[in-house]
Amino acid sequence: MATKQTRALARTMMAPAVIVLFIWMIVPLVMTLWFSFQNYSLINPMMTGFAGWANYVYVIGDPSFTQALVNTLILVGGVLIITIVGGTFLALLLDQPIWGQGILRILVISPFFVMPPVAALIWKNGFMHPGYGMLGHLWKFFGLQPVDWFNQYPLFSVIVIVAWQWLPFATLILLTALQSLSEEQREAAEMDGANAANRFRYIILPHMARAITIVVLIQTIFLLGIFAEIRVTTGGGPGYASTNIAFLVFRTGILSNDIGAGSAGGVVAVIIANIVAIFLMRAVGKNLDA
Amino acid sequence: MARRVSVQTRIGFTVLAWAVALLLFSPILWTLLTAFKTEAEAIATPPTFFPQNFTLENFEAVQDRSDYIKHAWNSIVVSVGSTLLGLIIAIPAAWSMAFAPSKRTKDILMWMLSTKMMPAVGVLIPIYLIFRDLRLLDTVHGLTLIMTLINLPIIVWMLYTYFKEIPVDILEAARMDGAELWNEIVHVLVPMAVPGIASTLLLNVILAWNEAFWTITLTSGRAGTLTAFISSFSSPQGLFLAKLSAASLLAIAPILLLGWFSQKQLVRGLTFGAVK
Repeated sequence: MATKQTRALARTMMAPAVIVLFIWMIVPLVMTLWFSFQNYSLINPMMTGFAGWANYVYVIGDPSFTQALVNTLILVGGVLIITIVGGTFLALLLDQPIWGQGILRILVISPFFVMPPVAALIWKNGFMHPGYGMLGHLWKFFGLQPVDWFNQYPLFSVIVIVAWQWLPFATLILLTALQSLSEEQREAAEMDGANAANRFRYIILPHMARAITIVVLIQTIFLLGIFAEIRVTTGGGPGYASTNIAFLVFRTGILSNDIGAGSAGGVVAVIIANIVAIFLMRAVGKNLDA
Repeated sequence: MARRVSVQTRIGFTVLAWAVALLLFSPILWTLLTAFKTEAEAIATPPTFFPQNFTLENFEAVQDRSDYIKHAWNSIVVSVGSTLLGLIIAIPAAWSMAFAPSKRTKDILMWMLSTKMMPAVGVLIPIYLIFRDLRLLDTVHGLTLIMTLINLPIIVWMLYTYFKEIPVDILEAARMDGAELWNEIVHVLVPMAVPGIASTLLLNVILAWNEAFWTITLTSGRAGTLTAFISSFSSPQGLFLAKLSAASLLAIAPILLLGWFSQKQLVRGLTFGAVK
């Protein structure tokens, strides 16, 4: 029974959070928009004034942009596929009556708590290094030529690292959803003579649909902004082979000191994220309401 | 899990599950083992599994080279500081959303969530320039401020879902008894909300600890956190695999332990309460 007084108070108490988030969202975004139409370089102070669409033409017209866009899609898509399929498999496995379930959960969830630069560096040096990485040793053991992963398959290598970090997240969420499936429902299906494949297709999968949706939604938000893994492994290279949109903006704006072009890239990144968000929200909307 | 299965099936699943789990854990295990090897042993062919000459010299070398303790302290200050600051702002907001909801509460919550969808690179350049002009670049308080802002939506959401579960009748009863609003919050709400607040605190410390975009772009030497510390190992210098492993272990060990305690909260927090 909210009285007028409590309602006013409620608004006051909500105000700080709303105000700081509003400022945080609006001020830098407006500045990015403003810079994106300016000639503004930190190296060349003579370059000033209104640029019109020049920065956008420069950023979008460059072949590196198309490549970064494609790389972003491959990176997000690749990691999503690996983590959803792998996570479903792992969740089903961990849900079986097995010994040591508690310890297994801890082992499986651990990669999620490894900070991105550490994950990237231990994969790069301990595993994927052609000279002394574990994969190199393994290849040599089978008499094969060790692969120089980051030079030959830079984007694929980044995908492997990121997928390793996010697989635990998908597994944990899907396992939580799986365990909320009632035992009666499963047993009923079993008694009706449904085989394992049918039980998965008609009972388990529909039950997990909501959780899968949420995993896709949340991971996409994070995966669009993958940065540290690229920064400490390939530096976006060779060339632009492993540069995504986020890293391209960093390269242009901060490393090359071209504020105008970097900002234009930033605006494009925001637009892409919004398109993805709207698309996702619409696709998952029904699922979430149910 | 009271399903009846044969012992053979159970053994089969157990072996398979352990194999997969150990495979996933192997990069961490390998780092742990390599950290205690000498540099020569770390890159030996064929590789050794357990350290043959157990040594702690890598940890000393890492401390001398990159000052682990300073970076770890910065990480603690930033992650704990930003979480506490976030809680101070978020608790009143979540309280009013949960107990005095208006027509717009849902919209405000969704809007807060949407701020998380804004890519960080979209605002990197203005933030970088503002920080440069206000001399906030490479400062612990500047970084704490940013970290508070990026985690605030998650903190509000998590608290909101926890507060929603507190029966409103109890608060009403306290109000009937003439409790002042302030007392209502301190003596009635907070004790019931402590588990939720603790979970929120834990998860957000972990998230801030592992945040690697703003910590790398906005700091260099002075205010660098552990993500910046570890990034300084990105270009190999001579023999360094054992030292890198030691540094990695130092950077992840504290949060790994915290993380193991917070699995349940992790699911709830990261799905904004949608999966419990």
